[in-house]
Amino acid sequence: MKNLFGRSWLIAVYTFLYIPIVTLVVYSFNASPLVTVWSEFTFKWYAALAHDTELTGGLVLSLKVALMSGLMSVFFGTFTAFALVRYRKFRGRTFLASMANAPLVMPDVIVGLSLLLMLVTVQRWFGFPERGIFTILLGHALTGTAYAAVVVMSRLREFDTRMEEAAMDLGCKPWQVFTLVTLPLIAPALISAFLLTFTLSFDDVVLAAFLSGPGSTTLPLVIFSRARLGLNPSINAIATAIITVVSIAVIASSIYQARAERRRQREMAEAYAQAN
Amino acid sequence: MLANLFQRMRGLISGKRLVISIPMIWLFTLAAAPLLIALDFSFSQMDIASVASLTQWADNTLTIKLNLGNYLFLGDDPLYFKTYLSSLKFAGTTTLWCLVLGYPFAYFMARARAHLRPMLLMLVMLPFWTSFLLRIYAWKTLLISNGLVNNALMALGIIDAPLQMLNTPFSLTIGMVYAYLPFMILPLYANLVKMDTRLIEAAADLGASPWKTFWLITVPLSKRGIIAGSLLVFIPAVGEYVIPELLGGPETIMIGRVLWDEFFSNNDWPMASAVTIVMILLILVPMAIFNKYSDGGQEGEKT
Repeated sequence: MKNLFGRSWLIAVYTFLYIPIVTLVVYSFNASPLVTVWSEFTFKWYAALAHDTELTGGLVLSLKVALMSGLMSVFFGTFTAFALVRYRKFRGRTFLASMANAPLVMPDVIVGLSLLLMLVTVQRWFGFPERGIFTILLGHALTGTAYAAVVVMSRLREFDTRMEEAAMDLGCKPWQVFTLVTLPLIAPALISAFLLTFTLSFDDVVLAAFLSGPGSTTLPLVIFSRARLGLNPSINAIATAIITVVSIAVIASSIYQARAERRRQREMAEAYAQAN
Repeated sequence: MLANLFQRMRGLISGKRLVISIPMIWLFTLAAAPLLIALDFSFSQMDIASVASLTQWADNTLTIKLNLGNYLFLGDDPLYFKTYLSSLKFAGTTTLWCLVLGYPFAYFMARARAHLRPMLLMLVMLPFWTSFLLRIYAWKTLLISNGLVNNALMALGIIDAPLQMLNTPFSLTIGMVYAYLPFMILPLYANLVKMDTRLIEAAADLGASPWKTFWLITVPLSKRGIIAGSLLVFIPAVGEYVIPELLGGPETIMIGRVLWDEFFSNNDWPMASAVTIVMILLILVPMAIFNKYSDGGQEGEKT
């Protein structure tokens, strides 16, 4: 009884989560421009995407920003995570922790507006930076740092520091310990953090709206301006394309990570067996 | 002596200091300083061409002009008060629905067979990875008057004429719950999956009914997950802009949209800053609680 109830609850919520996505995909093959009425099967919206320079331009820009933002987020997020996990006591620790936490929950409009006001102030003093790809990147890298820090922190917590001590005892310099021992061990977390922050940047509308300038319209900004006006079949087509790529990537990476984890555990078990 | 000094010098620049100062400088510049500047702007006034700053340096005197006009205006106009209140109300409703739907979901997920769990988790993450904007847009397609939901209800004979669902509090709530549900499920699941099931067995052995066990053992033990999940939903929901813009209507005024209009339509940056500062004050207490309960903020805490 409890099992049946549990199973139906799971199914109901999954249905709720997936119905909108399935609808987007199904209607992307609908010939009728009235998005809600089904007429017949077509690929024409996909063909139209190729000539939609606004969308393709936005896509290229978004990919560039997301790539750079992902890398920057992982870099700064890793430092944040190390500072918070490895050093339990230092002046300003609470301050750092709350600054790293704030972008996780702070409404985007607050982050976007305040960052813009600061950049405008800086620009007034130094004549730099112009609003555009660089300012969007700063906004995305800020929120990304917070998310990357969470991912890396959870890995660092279960990290066996004896590995580093062993390397140090064997004569490694601190930077060698980091590059030869620590980095390879936390690499899976860094990859997850990169994928997450890449996606967040690729997805963001609000920060980009505040921080973009003329000529730096990201893909979500294009989609958002069309969605505000009403239903538009081009959105369904680009949505389906994005959903396909993301699903393949997520499924592939989770299979890969599960395998890597199993292999790691097997190797550990073998190593222990040999040691005994 | 000299070697000792060198060692101390190296100690000063290397390691700990570097690791701490890099994120400190980065986050201070991009997270803390902008808020201080927004505070400064909120006390200033829109001039013809530019914004007069709070502090001015001229003729070797530093003048600090606190212009409270924006805040007085905020307090005067009942519309702002109503908007803040309605934002809190919608955020609260969203949090409650997410908890009602998400708690049993996370619970059953955590109690599913171990080999199924990674797949169940991935199925929750997958919509979370695909564009948030597109998923909200999809609800527009579903809820429009000749959309799928209305058509389905009419085909089932539940209603005769299409209901106005889009641009109502109903569509806004559904969109918010939909968008924020994974943020509730994930911390709850992380908490429930680690729970020691022997405690539940013990309660059952001692004669507690499953219902009683759930309320007296499981729920109190998952308090941290409930708090983390609720705040992860509530705080960003207060300032949500995209969902009210796409799915909301005239009855669903929210502060994120007011801020947006103040900034983009009225071009009144000081006023927009004042609206922001008041919003920050509203979420300050929930943010402090979140900091206390989240990972980075505590020293060697377990569970």
